[in-house]
Amino acid sequence: MSGRLKLAAQGLSVALVAGLFALLVWKVATQDEGAARKLGRGEVVSAPNFRLDRLDAPGKISLAEYRGRPVVVNFWGSWCDPCKEEVPVLESTWQRYKDQGLVVLGVDFHDLKGAARRFARENEITYPIAYDGPGDTLSDYGVTAAPETFFVARNGKLVCERIQAGLHLDRNRGRFEDCVQELLGA
Amino acid sequence: MRLLLVTVAALAFAGPAAAACPTLADLEGEVMCPQCKTTLDQSDAPVAREIKGFIQQRAEACVPEGQIKDELVAQFGPAVLAAPPREGLHWLAWLLPIVGLLAGAAVVSALVWRWSRARPAPAPAAGSNGRPLLDPELERRLDRELSRFDG
Repeated sequence: MSGRLKLAAQGLSVALVAGLFALLVWKVATQDEGAARKLGRGEVVSAPNFRLDRLDAPGKISLAEYRGRPVVVNFWGSWCDPCKEEVPVLESTWQRYKDQGLVVLGVDFHDLKGAARRFARENEITYPIAYDGPGDTLSDYGVTAAPETFFVARNGKLVCERIQAGLHLDRNRGRFEDCVQELLGA
Repeated sequence: MRLLLVTVAALAFAGPAAAACPTLADLEGEVMCPQCKTTLDQSDAPVAREIKGFIQQRAEACVPEGQIKDELVAQFGPAVLAAPPREGLHWLAWLLPIVGLLAGAAVVSALVWRWSRARPAPAPAAGSNGRPLLDPELERRLDRELSRFDG
């Protein structure tokens, strides 16, 4: 009887370890690596859709509602200094190209709503802003820090590589303008 | 005398009210920095400073601790709390470690009980001098070995 009990206990332990291992394998295998990494490998990637509260107005805002228009998606937070410095680049792009259908869409994440609204007001942002306090969209896009900017073509696919760090920086300005032109031409 | 009574009364009323107001220190160990994934008291990231400022402001307005947490959860989601709330499926996070601990203690207790009840090994038979008898084979071998020194 004690032998059987011992065998059962051993079997249970092995089954438990095997189960935990299987769970680990499943988690690693199904982990979403984010659109940015796939895009970096040259894959054709659809921009992950999101539906979030609007920060600058009541109601919700979703990426899908802009299907058919080129969209610049900019992830930012009010606590991020480069985000503040790049606002003029985004705002001037929005003002210059919105008549051609271009949309600049800000996604504010990991932020207090009040602080984000103050940031938008102080920096005179007029383009639409989505609020993602918990940061739910970050893993879908593979965002690692703020600011990051993605480019969504009219067909809903991501084009260009994402731009990390501020768009006001010399190394990013040219790339940003090229990507905007690619969006408008696509 | 009247002044003393007024002071005592004021302290009696002010004491509990002041105690009910939370402080930043009460909460910064229970709220996570969403960027750095540590509690606020271990982080100096810009977003952590922003949240600390918010808590400080609400605490100064004497907003109850639970309400401040609710306001943070409404903006950052439940992951902003260092410990899961005691409701619904979140109870599992509280109960499973206790269940595991109890199960482990039960297993260890059962093993200790079994070992303590194990039958002791029979004592070797004693010789005429009261000492335990040697195994006959061992005794023969010992005799052989010792006889080598006799010569």
